[in-house]
Amino acid sequence: MVDAPHPPVSLPTKRSCPFDPPDGYTPLREQERITHMSYPGGTPGWLVTRHAEAKELLTHKSFSARQEGIISPVPTELAYDGPADPGAFAKTDDPVHSKYRKLVTGFFTVRRTRQLAPMIERIVHEQLDDLEKAGPGADLVEVFTESVPSRVMCEMIGVPESERRSLQRHVETLGRLSSTVPEALAAVSGMSGFLARFVPTRMDDPRDDILGDLIRGGQLTEQELMGMTATLITGAFDTTGNMLAMGVYTLLEHPDQLAKLQADPELMGAAVEELLRFLTISHLGASRWALEDVEFAGQTIKKGEVVTVALPAVNRDPERYENPDQLDIGRTDHGHLGLGHGVHQCLGQHLARTILRVGYEALFDRFPTLRLGVPSDEIRMRDDFVHYGPRSLPVTWDD
Amino acid sequence: MRITADREVCCAAGQCALIAPDLFDQSDEDGSVVLLDAQPDTGRLDVLREVVSRCPTGAIRLEEEPGA
Repeated sequence: MVDAPHPPVSLPTKRSCPFDPPDGYTPLREQERITHMSYPGGTPGWLVTRHAEAKELLTHKSFSARQEGIISPVPTELAYDGPADPGAFAKTDDPVHSKYRKLVTGFFTVRRTRQLAPMIERIVHEQLDDLEKAGPGADLVEVFTESVPSRVMCEMIGVPESERRSLQRHVETLGRLSSTVPEALAAVSGMSGFLARFVPTRMDDPRDDILGDLIRGGQLTEQELMGMTATLITGAFDTTGNMLAMGVYTLLEHPDQLAKLQADPELMGAAVEELLRFLTISHLGASRWALEDVEFAGQTIKKGEVVTVALPAVNRDPERYENPDQLDIGRTDHGHLGLGHGVHQCLGQHLARTILRVGYEALFDRFPTLRLGVPSDEIRMRDDFVHYGPRSLPVTWDD
Repeated sequence: MRITADREVCCAAGQCALIAPDLFDQSDEDGSVVLLDAQPDTGRLDVLREVVSRCPTGAIRLEEEPGA
């Protein structure tokens, strides 16, 4: 070839094992610091698979997270034109991003989220009561993992339980890349209908919760409050739920690691970090676009070109981790990028850690004989969602 | 050895308070870094290097003494 030594690739998506990243990442990571990638429709761009380059890119001032320049690395009918809605700070850059984010970061500190443990324990045990009643034999996703994080966030924002199920379905539709445009529009309209009912009511009568605090702060318009509320809901609902389910599935299929954890509960914190690294449920990674022509990793990235950081590949970089493909809950070398890096690093990460810790602990404590209810190869995965996890997780246990 | 923490650069991700809660805390107001001990024992060097490496915005800096 006279052109580039390696032709542009598509984002690898085919997995040979549900717990490992798509196989196609390994040769790419070995070959180059940054890979030419062809986005759906043939748009040229880039792919980062190495840990060091990922950290550099996600903190690089020449790259933007603004919605208007991002294109999906995989085919989907769901595309968002134009800038993010006011208050929807995840897809903005500083200073807009930090203006909004800083108004809520106080609720998500290490200390504050640990103080939420009693509330989280109550919700976890209520859901486990339901699990107990439903079985032996139940879908863990439906009865437990999907409900816990959404109930926690609803309590934190003050969303009534009666609204939660439909919000859950809207978030799911918008996170499913195979959703059709009419499906997505119906979900958007369901979501905005809820926000248009809920936010003004609370503006008249602010409660003692995150939304009440934002309202009393007096810095945000109704539109911005709606955008912030939507961001908190979408950020919390299916992320931790998938991680909870995926972690249980993984531990059940790695019985030596589960036994190690059950023998030494002190390992729980490290186990959660290792599962975040090993599984990296943000399987489509984090995308940024170049605000100007920029030299990066030995290449010229042209203004407007999109770079996708393949977080699952980055978290298995052998340059960074010893035995990266081995699940080791005793691993002490964390510093994974499962929750991103840079100013957009997951806002709710410590809340997620608390939910995961409490959730795994209570589940395996109350159901010590928990096991899969079907052969592992019958478990279908959410490959076509923004966040990866099992579609359902049939489990059973001894009565 | 001396630590500095830039609250303007901090994005309140809380890696420092997670890794070394005896040296770092987060403000209740906006979660930004609160330095509890700017001159810790040199025995903490490894953990401090990890804090610096994992801080997602480079808000925390470590000045190591020459030869340390």
